[in-house]
Amino acid sequence: MPRLNGAQIIIHHLERQGIRIVAGIPGGANLPLYDALAASTSIRHVLARHEQGAGFIAQGMARSSGQTAVCFATSGPGATNILTALADAYLDSVPLVCITGQVPSSLLGTDAFQEVDTYGMSMSITKHNYLVRCAADLLTILPKAFQLAGSGRPGPVLIDVPKDVQTEVVEFESWPEPCPVQAHQTDPPEAIETVATMINEAARPILYLGGGVIHAGAAAEARQLAEQGGIPTVMTLMGLGILPSDHPLSLGMLGMHARRATNLAMEECDLLIAAGVRFDDRATGRINTFCPRAKVIHVDIDASEIGKLRSVDAGIIGDARQAFGDLLPHVRQRQRHEWNGRIHQLQLDYPRFHDQDFAPGRPFHLIRRVAELVGPEALISTDVGKHQMWVAQAYPFIDPRQLLTSGGLGTMGFGLPAAIGAALAFPERPVVCFSGDGSLQMNIQELATAVEQQVNIKIVVFNNQSLGLVRQQQRLFYEQHYFASSYRIAVDFAAIARGFGMLAYDLAGAPDPDALLQQALREPGSCLINVPIDIEEEVYPMVPPGAANTTMIGDEYAQN
Amino acid sequence: MHRTDLHKPQETTTVNTAILRLTVNNHPGVMLQICGLFARRIFNLEGIFCTAIDQGETSCIWLKVDETDKLEQVIKQLVKLEDVLAVELRNDVRERISEMEAMMARID
Repeated sequence: MPRLNGAQIIIHHLERQGIRIVAGIPGGANLPLYDALAASTSIRHVLARHEQGAGFIAQGMARSSGQTAVCFATSGPGATNILTALADAYLDSVPLVCITGQVPSSLLGTDAFQEVDTYGMSMSITKHNYLVRCAADLLTILPKAFQLAGSGRPGPVLIDVPKDVQTEVVEFESWPEPCPVQAHQTDPPEAIETVATMINEAARPILYLGGGVIHAGAAAEARQLAEQGGIPTVMTLMGLGILPSDHPLSLGMLGMHARRATNLAMEECDLLIAAGVRFDDRATGRINTFCPRAKVIHVDIDASEIGKLRSVDAGIIGDARQAFGDLLPHVRQRQRHEWNGRIHQLQLDYPRFHDQDFAPGRPFHLIRRVAELVGPEALISTDVGKHQMWVAQAYPFIDPRQLLTSGGLGTMGFGLPAAIGAALAFPERPVVCFSGDGSLQMNIQELATAVEQQVNIKIVVFNNQSLGLVRQQQRLFYEQHYFASSYRIAVDFAAIARGFGMLAYDLAGAPDPDALLQQALREPGSCLINVPIDIEEEVYPMVPPGAANTTMIGDEYAQN
Repeated sequence: MHRTDLHKPQETTTVNTAILRLTVNNHPGVMLQICGLFARRIFNLEGIFCTAIDQGETSCIWLKVDETDKLEQVIKQLVKLEDVLAVELRNDVRERISEMEAMMARID
């Protein structure tokens, strides 16, 4: 009969669950856990420099692989620091198990040193959370936590473990089996046939695909549905990569920074086939003017998303892969020449790109050049801001899970640690982190982690010495009252990276920036590349927050 | 509020409210989960009564919910909570809940 303490039970269960990497930081309240971890021969610990970094490293592993990843933090500030990464995972439905140390049970509720109500604070930003009362409970909580994180709509689960529970020794009969991810029940065939009929009878349908399709591993089925039915397809930020960006049926991203033709096409559609999306305001604009002529089919594994913001004509509660698989035999092979021709005309009338966008040194040029140099295998993480939207608009994504980006929470500081996580999960693939000077400074300490772990990531910093998207909104909506949106000092990011022991390059003032970029991306191991960007480069077109998606401003076609 | 108003069941229970009966795991965080859900999703919760059942393994929670246009969403979100084992719409006991409200209002 196994006889172990709570900490040993946790570590051994992680091993049984197949966890090979844990990101975290030790502290007073989780030292027993680290003592047990030190004895593990199969789990590699990645010591982050800030708990938020640890959370995002775990996210980078989970987002790139689709597998539940694990992070550790201590009580108090350790826990509060990691909450942002959990909230981020919650909004983008990323499977994580976060294990935090807590003050001993006898001190709970006494304002003890480094005590915060981690359970209470994490409740609204996790799929589920636990405050463990005794070591024996870990035997049921741990497998359940992994099952919850990975099943249905994935999400983060937090387990808060008081120090005395970590050291409490229990004897037990046998190890619990790791719980398998729960399968989802299928909808009745009549529902599928109804939906298929709606698709077959529609004249101007559009597929609207999001992160849920990627979570379901349904990109291939989605593509087949689009091709079989001749259905033009838009993707959310979280859905980019479901269809290759050069696919003839791909209209790219919809919403606030979509191409003009995409939002205009949606205005004309008569059937919206939404799958794995949640009608986020950045995607829909003002919701009551979104696809005003369209009937709506909504496929989602989370029943509460169906009808939450837009009433539907048909809902399928279920896994997108299963739903598409069931639908495909009923969907007629069609070309839809008229509708696709109309969209093609919109794209000719309002071309997305112009030759001058690709002049050397401009954002789209740099993004496409990096893509050419790193190749189709590369994983791409971004931070949050202008660079993120430019990457979403211009990077040639070809695969789901190729883009790792903070969509729902929009967390600046996501990119660098997420790239580290992706590189840990896929050491053989190139990983590029597109960041901005504002975002990078929010988790810049993780440069140390990248160097220490000897991961292979290339950090491309689009440096406009400002909080670019904030400044853009001040320009457009606050009468150019630029306030607190640009930095008054120029930070030498290359020097900082070198200070952390990382190779660094600065394209500013380089006699041949392209040659330097090539050299930087060719170099094995991690490096940082500072790329100066004109502060006046904006993200266009733009739908003003709260406006209809057809109200696009900033580009040369804008009426205002 | 005039406390005396609460003695008149007809006035406190309008047709705009729905009665929900939840069966939940009985542990110290459950009430916080339920109340937190209502607070953060801006659902109106007009009354709550909770008691342990089933030898303390589970609890039964009666909720009086402002049923404007969000009841379906309220129920769907409640069902998603891992500690919520069952959600029943129990408008059939609306009058008895009103009696309980009136009784509680009389306790000083």
